Amino acid sequence: MRNAALFALVAALYIATGMMQSWNTALAIFNMGLISAVMALGVNIQWGYAGLFNVGIMGFVALGGLATVLVSMPPVTEAWAAGGARMLAALAFGAGTIAAGIATFRRMQPGRRRALAVAAIFAVGFVLYRWAFDPARDAIEAIDPASTGYLGGLGLPILIAWPVGGLLAAAAAWGIGKTALGLRSDYLAIATLGIAEIIIAVLKNEDWLGRGVKNVVGLPRPVPYEIDLQDTPEFVARATELGLDPATASSLWVKLCYTGLFAAVLLALILLTQLALKSPWGRMMRAIRDNEVAAEAMGKNVTRRHLQIFILGSAICGMAGAMMTTLDGQLTPGTYQPLRYTFLIWVMVIVGGSGNNWGSVLGGFLIWWLWIQVEPIGGFVMNLITMPLPEDSGLRLHLLDSVQHIRLLTMGVVLLLVLRFSPRGLIPEK
Amino acid sequence: MDILNAVVVLANFVLIPALSYGSQLALGALGVTLIYGILRFSNFAHGDTMAFGAMVTILFTWAFQNMGISIAPLPTALLALPFGIVVTAALLLATDRVVYRFYRQQKAKPIILVMVSLGVMFILNGIVRVIIGPGEQRFEDGARFIINARQFKEMTGLEEGLAFKASQGLTIVVTIIAVAALFWFLDRTKMGKSMRAYSDNEDLALLSGINPERVVRITWILAAILATTAGVLYGLDKSFKPFTYFQLLLPMFAAAIVGGLGNPLGAIVGGYIIAFSEVTLTYAWKKVATYFLPASLAPDSLMQLLSTDYKYAVSFTILVIVLIFKPYGLFRGKAV
Repeated sequence: MRNAALFALVAALYIATGMMQSWNTALAIFNMGLISAVMALGVNIQWGYAGLFNVGIMGFVALGGLATVLVSMPPVTEAWAAGGARMLAALAFGAGTIAAGIATFRRMQPGRRRALAVAAIFAVGFVLYRWAFDPARDAIEAIDPASTGYLGGLGLPILIAWPVGGLLAAAAAWGIGKTALGLRSDYLAIATLGIAEIIIAVLKNEDWLGRGVKNVVGLPRPVPYEIDLQDTPEFVARATELGLDPATASSLWVKLCYTGLFAAVLLALILLTQLALKSPWGRMMRAIRDNEVAAEAMGKNVTRRHLQIFILGSAICGMAGAMMTTLDGQLTPGTYQPLRYTFLIWVMVIVGGSGNNWGSVLGGFLIWWLWIQVEPIGGFVMNLITMPLPEDSGLRLHLLDSVQHIRLLTMGVVLLLVLRFSPRGLIPEK
Repeated sequence: MDILNAVVVLANFVLIPALSYGSQLALGALGVTLIYGILRFSNFAHGDTMAFGAMVTILFTWAFQNMGISIAPLPTALLALPFGIVVTAALLLATDRVVYRFYRQQKAKPIILVMVSLGVMFILNGIVRVIIGPGEQRFEDGARFIINARQFKEMTGLEEGLAFKASQGLTIVVTIIAVAALFWFLDRTKMGKSMRAYSDNEDLALLSGINPERVVRITWILAAILATTAGVLYGLDKSFKPFTYFQLLLPMFAAAIVGGLGNPLGAIVGGYIIAFSEVTLTYAWKKVATYFLPASLAPDSLMQLLSTDYKYAVSFTILVIVLIFKPYGLFRGKAV
C-alpha cells in the first residue's frame, strides 16, 4: 500500500512537471529517470545483495558509451587501411604480453629468478608494443582528423551496443574484482575509484578509439528522426487531429519511442532481479552479506560469489551507459563526472532502499527528478534570500552564481540524512 | 661535462619535482593513514578536506595581502596557514560530532563509514565551490625562485639550467618539520603513546583507561593540520583548483596502501614511491639520453613511456601490484 502510494507520488511529480512546464520536458526527465533506475538496479545488486561498495560506476557507464560508438558508427575504411591491421596486431601483442607474464608467474617457482623473468617479459613486451602501437595510432589519427581520425565502428544497429556495453563493463569488472575482492572491503572502493578515472582518461586521450575529447556525434538512432516524421503526411494529419503542431508532436513521439525501449529493458531487469532475489541463489547472496564467516563455514565460496555479483551489477551499469549514450546521440568523454555518474546513483540506491529492487527504481526516478529540479528551485530560493541585498552587490551575484554547486551540497546532505535517520530507505528490504 | 649536464637535467625535471610532489602526497597519505589507524575507515573526504583547508588559507592570505601584511621573501600563505588549520580542525571536529560519532557508537561496519565519508566529501566539495568557485586561484607571493635557471648557468658554467622554485624548497622544508613533529608527538608524548595503543588494540587501550573520544579528537586535529598543510603546499606549488584535490585521492590512497594502511612511516615512503614512479614514467627522457649516449645512438623519439594524462594509471598500477602481492603493504599495516 505504502509502496504504491510512494510510486504514485513520484508519478505525480512527473505529471506536475508535464502540466506546469511542458510534456516534452517531463518526458525527457522521465527517459533519463528510466536509465537512472536501470543504473540504480545494477548498483543495488552489488550493494543490496552483496554489500560491495562500487565507487566506479562512472567508468562502467562510460564503457557502455564507448560500446555504442564501436558497434554503431560506420567503419572508417581509410583509417583501417592506414593502420587498422597494425593496431589490432599491437593490441593482440599487448594482451599476449600480459598473458605471458601471468603464465610465467604461475609456472615458475617463487624467487628472484621469477621476479626477474616476469619483469623482463613486461619490459620487453611494453617496448615492442609501443613500437607497433605508436605508428598505427599516428596513421589512424592522421586520416581527416577534423571529422574522423578514428577507426570507426562496425556499422551495426545501435541496439546491439546495449548488451555489448554490458559485456565491456563486465570485462572491466572482472579485472578489478579479481584483484580487489577478497581483501578488506575498503580496497574495492579505492580500486573502483581508480579504474573509473583511468577509463575516462583512456576515452579522453585515445583518439584512434573514440575520437577522445573531439567527441563522436551523430550516432545512429533506433527510433525515427523528428524531421522525417514532420515530412510524413500521415503523421502530420494524426498530429493535427490530436490538436498538436507537427514539431511538438514529432519530438514527443520520438521521446515516447525511447520511453518504450527503456521501459522494456527496465521491466525485464526488474523481473530478472526479483526472480534472482527470491531464488536459492538470492538467499545465498543475502546470507553471505549478513554473515560472511557463517556462509563460508557452510561451504560457500564468498570471494567467487562476490566476483560474480560484482560483474553482473557492473554489466547492468554498462548497459545503462550504452542506453544513455544512445539517447544523447553522441559520446562526449569530457562530460563524465564522478559527482553525476557515481555519487548520484548511490544517492538513488540509498534513498530508495538498499536491498530492494523496487526501492532503487523509485529512488532512480525521484532523485533524478530532484537533481533536475533543484537548480531552478535553488535559483528561486537564492533569489529570495538575496532580495535585501542591492542589485549589483558582489555577494549577491556570487551567491546567485554558485546555485549550480548547491546541487552537490543538497545531494550530500540528502545522503547523510537518509543514512542516519532512515538507513533502510523509502522502501525497505523485507 | 655531458654527464654533469645530464644530471642537472634529471634533477631539474625529475628529482626536484618528484621530491616536492612526493612530500605533498606523503603529508596527505599520513592523514589518510592516521584516520584509518584510529577510526578504522578509509576517509574519502580527505582530498576535499585538503581543498577546504587550502581555501580557508587562501582567504586569509588575500586578507593579509589587502592589509599589507607580508613576511617576504616567504609567501604570505605561510602566515595564513595556522588560521587555515584552526578553521579546518574546527570543521573536522564538527563533522565528527554531527556525522561520524553516531556510527562509531553504533559500531557500524567500516564500509558504512566509507560511504558516509563520501557524503561528507560531496558536502565539502559543494562548500568549497560555493565559497571560492570551481576555477583556478593563484595566491603565491614572495620570492619565486631559490635559484633560477639563468643564475645556475652563470654560477656553474653548465649548458643546462637548474631551477629550484621557492614553493618546492618550502614544501620539502615544511614536510621535514611536520613529519619530525608528528613522529615526536607519536613516540614521545603521552597522548601520542595512547593513540598508538588505541590503534594497536582498542579493547586493551580502553581497559587501561584511555579516553577514546579524546584520542579521536586529537586524530581529527592532526588530520586537519596535515591536510591543510598538504593542500596549501600543493596549491602554492601547482595552483589551487578544487577538482584537482579530488583527483589527488587516488595517489594518496595508493601511497597509504603501498606503505601499509595505518602505518605512518609507510605512508611517507609510499608517497615518495608513487611520486617518483609517476614522474619518471611520464617524463620524456630524450634530453637525458642525448647527453649520455654517443651522437650516433641519440634517440629521435621523446622516449616518454606514458603520456602525462595517464599519471593516475601509474598510481593505480602500483596499487594493483601491491594488492596482489603484498595486500598489507610494504610496512605491514593493520588488518581489519
